[in-house]
Parts: sequence; C-alpha cells; structure tokens
Amino acid sequence: MASAPVTKTLIAWAGLLLLPPAALLLAASWGSGGWAWPFAADEAMRRVIGELRIPRAIAALVTGALLAQAGCLMQVLLRNPLADPYVLGLSGGAAAFALIGMSFGLSFLPVPALAFAGSLLTMVIVFVLARGRGPWSTTRVLLTGVVVAAGWGAVISLILATGSDASLRSMLYWLMGDLSYTSLSAWWLMPLAAGVGLLWLRARSLNVLSGGELQAALLGESARARFWEIYVIASLLTALAVSLAGAIGFVGLIVPHLMRLLVGADHRVLLPASALFGGGFLVLADTAARSLLGPRQLPVGVLTALIGVPLFLLLLYRATRIR
Amino acid sequence: MMPSPDSPLVVEDLDVRIGPVDVVRDLNLAVGRGEFWGLLGPNGVGKTTLLKTFAGVFQPERGGIRLEGKRLDERKRRDIARRLGMLPQHTHYAFDATCLETGLVGRHPHIKPWARESRADQERARDALADLEMLELAGRSCMDLSGGESRRLALATLLVQDPQVMLLDEPTNHLDPANQVTILNVLHRQVTEARKSAVMALHEVNLATCYCSHVLLLYGNGEWDAGPTDELLTADNLSRLYRCRVRLIDDGRQRVFAVAGGFDRPTG
Repeated sequence: MASAPVTKTLIAWAGLLLLPPAALLLAASWGSGGWAWPFAADEAMRRVIGELRIPRAIAALVTGALLAQAGCLMQVLLRNPLADPYVLGLSGGAAAFALIGMSFGLSFLPVPALAFAGSLLTMVIVFVLARGRGPWSTTRVLLTGVVVAAGWGAVISLILATGSDASLRSMLYWLMGDLSYTSLSAWWLMPLAAGVGLLWLRARSLNVLSGGELQAALLGESARARFWEIYVIASLLTALAVSLAGAIGFVGLIVPHLMRLLVGADHRVLLPASALFGGGFLVLADTAARSLLGPRQLPVGVLTALIGVPLFLLLLYRATRIR
Repeated sequence: MMPSPDSPLVVEDLDVRIGPVDVVRDLNLAVGRGEFWGLLGPNGVGKTTLLKTFAGVFQPERGGIRLEGKRLDERKRRDIARRLGMLPQHTHYAFDATCLETGLVGRHPHIKPWARESRADQERARDALADLEMLELAGRSCMDLSGGESRRLALATLLVQDPQVMLLDEPTNHLDPANQVTILNVLHRQVTEARKSAVMALHEVNLATCYCSHVLLLYGNGEWDAGPTDELLTADNLSRLYRCRVRLIDDGRQRVFAVAGGFDRPTG
C-alpha cells in the first residue's frame, strides 16, 4: 500500500476514537439550560450534568453502538446493503408490545421490558418460520421478516387508531425513537465493549460469509449454523437497543455505509468503527434533540433522519460507486 | 482402475441424484497427485452437482468421498477447506473489497479465528495475483472487474487457499482465448509442478485434450466413463456424449475435435 492511504487511515481512526469522548463532553456541556463547562459548574448544574445529561448521553452512546453493529450484521446476513436492524420486524414487534402497554396503562410492566419481549417474540417467529429444512435462504428469511413486520405495522396502526388521545403523544414519540426516559450508568459501557470484542473475534468469518453460503462453506465455515448465529446476535443487539430508546431509525442503515466508505469492508475494522461512530453520532443527535428547541424536546429519531438523510445523499452522490 | 490408497481424492460407490435425475451410478474413481481430470458432459447432466458432492456440500444418495484417507463426513468444514478447494461457477461480491483483500480470504481456513494474516500470507496473495497477471490490480475494487479479471481473481483466491485437491467449475467459461490459456496454464503448473490434484468441469473438448491427463465423461442416466484422456476422448465417445456427430481432425501436431454439423460429408 502507498503511504497516502495509511495516513488517511490514521486520521480516520484518530477521528473515530475522539468522537465518542468529544460527543459526551458536548452532551455534558450543552442543554436546554444553556452552556456550562462541566469542570467549572456550580452545585446545581453539576447535579444536572451528573444525574441527567451524562446518564442519558451514555444511553445514547450504547444505543447508537448497538444499532450500528446490528446494521452491519444484518447487511451481511441478508447480503443486502439496504438491510437495517429493523428490516426483519424486530422494531415492529417491540413497538406493538410497547404501545399495548402504554395504551392499557400496564404500569406494572415497564415499557422497555415489553419492547424487549416484543422483539424476542418476533425473532422467534421469524426464526421458526424461515428456518425450513433446506439450506439457508436469504430470500426466505427476508420475506418472512418483511411480512411479519407488515403484520406488526397493522397492529400498531390499530392501537394508534383506537388509543386514547392522552397516550397518543407518548406513543408517537416512542415510535420515532426517543431517549428522554432512558438513562444508563457508565457501567453499561463495559458489556458493550465486551460485546464488540467478542464480535470482533468473529469478524473474519463475517468477511467470508458475505461471499454467500457456498463460498463460506468451501472456505471452511459451517455456513448455515453461522448464519443463524449471526441472526440471533443481531436480533438481541437490536432488541436491546429498541427497548432502550424505541425505534430510532437510520443509524443502523447509514453508519455501516459511512464506515465502509471510510475504513473499507473488512469487518475487523468495520465493526469497531461502526460502534464508535454510531455511538458518537447518536450522542450528538440526542444532545441536539433536547437542546435546540429547549425546553421542548424533540424525539431523537427525527434528528437522526434529518441529519442522516442529507449526509448520506451527499456521500452517495460524491462516491464513485456504491459500496 | 484400482483406487490407490494414497490418492488424495477417492470416490467410492457413489450414487448422486438430483430429484429424479441420475447424475452418476456406482462411480468409483481415484484422483492421484499430479493428475488433471476433465469432467465432460452435456448441459444439465449434473457436473456442478458432482463437483459439489466431491466438495461435501451436496449429499449423495449412496457411497462417499475419501479426502486424504479420511471420509468427508468425518471431517469438519474447516478441516476440509485446508485440503480441498473449489472454484464455483459464479462468484458474486456483495460488498466492496480490494483484489488483495479478496485473495487473502483464501487463508481463512488456515489461520486461527482471532489471528490476522501474516506477512507470509500477504506474500502468498501477491504471488497468486502475480501468477494470474493481476498484481497491478491489487488495490482495485473487486466490484470493478471485467469478466475475465473477476474469474482470475476467484482463481487467485483458490491458489491462496492452496488446497491439495482443486475442484474447478468451468473456470474458462465466457472467457477469450488469452484468458483461457492464462488460467489453464496456471492450473496446469499447479498440477504438474506442485503435484496437486484437479477435477475441472468444462465444455471445450479441445482444451481438455491439451491440458487434462484424465477425463470423466457423464452421459446422463447415471452412466459414466473414466480414464486417460488419450484412450477415452475419441470421436465415437464424444458423439455419444454430446448426442451430435463429432469429428477428429489430426494434422500430425495436434488433434482437434469439431462438431460435424447437421449435414453429411464424406469423412477424410
């Protein structure tokens, strides 16, 4: 390799490594209450930062990283660059369950738990129906997932149409993806890092699997078993993300694409890069969502799309080819 | 032919069917080191399926394959991939990678899941690209290649995998003569110099006469013939194989088979 790409790679990685801490710092300093340098804040502001802004920013970081990882996996699984974590109906199942909980006021069941249960149920339904007896079939999995997603869509519309006006607003926010009720302690970063590390051990297999089942089998992978393994892991990551923050769109689709343009398609670099960028991106988007029109809060899913769509289109337009 | 015990690929009492169609019945075969087998037969007779059976990714009705002394179904996929590789008829790249990266994927069965490719692996990939006259394309995207380049890249990946047994599904399909000769010369060197064993499905009979030491003819209905190229490749056998009249033209230096066409001519 020539020296120019090496320099470019170094700059890219320096940027990627700096993004999450920088985003967390911004999230701590900026809010609907205005700007405040976190290291020189008074007692009240320190409580706001420590108890509200930082836990929420950590939740955004974890959710963004989970979605970006799940997006990478789904794109390999379906061998389709259009796949995102929700394409197989996981967010639909989560949403249907969460909305049922909200509209019937099932206060003894927290919404995140319901959403997680809904995703898992969808995962099992698609798994059982798409498994079949033959070889792994991308088309069958995709069709099963898309149809299940359409079914959940109908359930969601039904709940929205018949639900009370009082709960409608919180339902809509949930559907658009919203972090305002979520907060996580910094300890959550450890299981996330462990998960990224474990996936990284499988990353070369992902490179081989993206060549399809026959190619993967000929290069020594038990392809069918491995594909189902990826399916389950991607679904669990997505279920966790959805239960934390609702159906935040676009992160799981664009982050893997952006990172492929930046660092290449090798999953050993693509997965960690996507985790860093997805996490940092969602922290920034959520900080903007709660600060821009403060004290009014926007659902972060609206902002991810508003930022993501033009950014993605610009890159797509400038790219010499679609990767 | 007696299956010799040290043949890398031994086929024992093999019955292969696709639905109601018999591909082979009771096939017995031993592919030795330094042997280049051509697999000939009309379209749809099951050449690809037979190669997939040899690779252990298609289940035969009966019988089995012995790879370096041990049955395929007793080996793990990774274990098989270190000894046997196959060039599929089509390779499709869903995501972008450079030619060098695509070639390096061939090392996958040889290195531990968490390990990175070593400098030696990189060298091997570069050598394979150089063998196929693709070194200057090492940094190019695998999605930007012409048909011939894409086929040569797939073969480079197989060379990087470096298996003892190479199964090749129409490696020269749709390629111009220069590309065909480049690919077949590389394969021929692998077989004769590195003492590899190869089985190659192909349609060009005259390339089989040039490059293959042995041939396996699939007539359909499960019937087959196997043996040295000189003995088996006759105008009569080929006429039966392709169900049309094939003529032998011999100018003293080279023997060429030609389709005689639909009209009758005096032979001579």
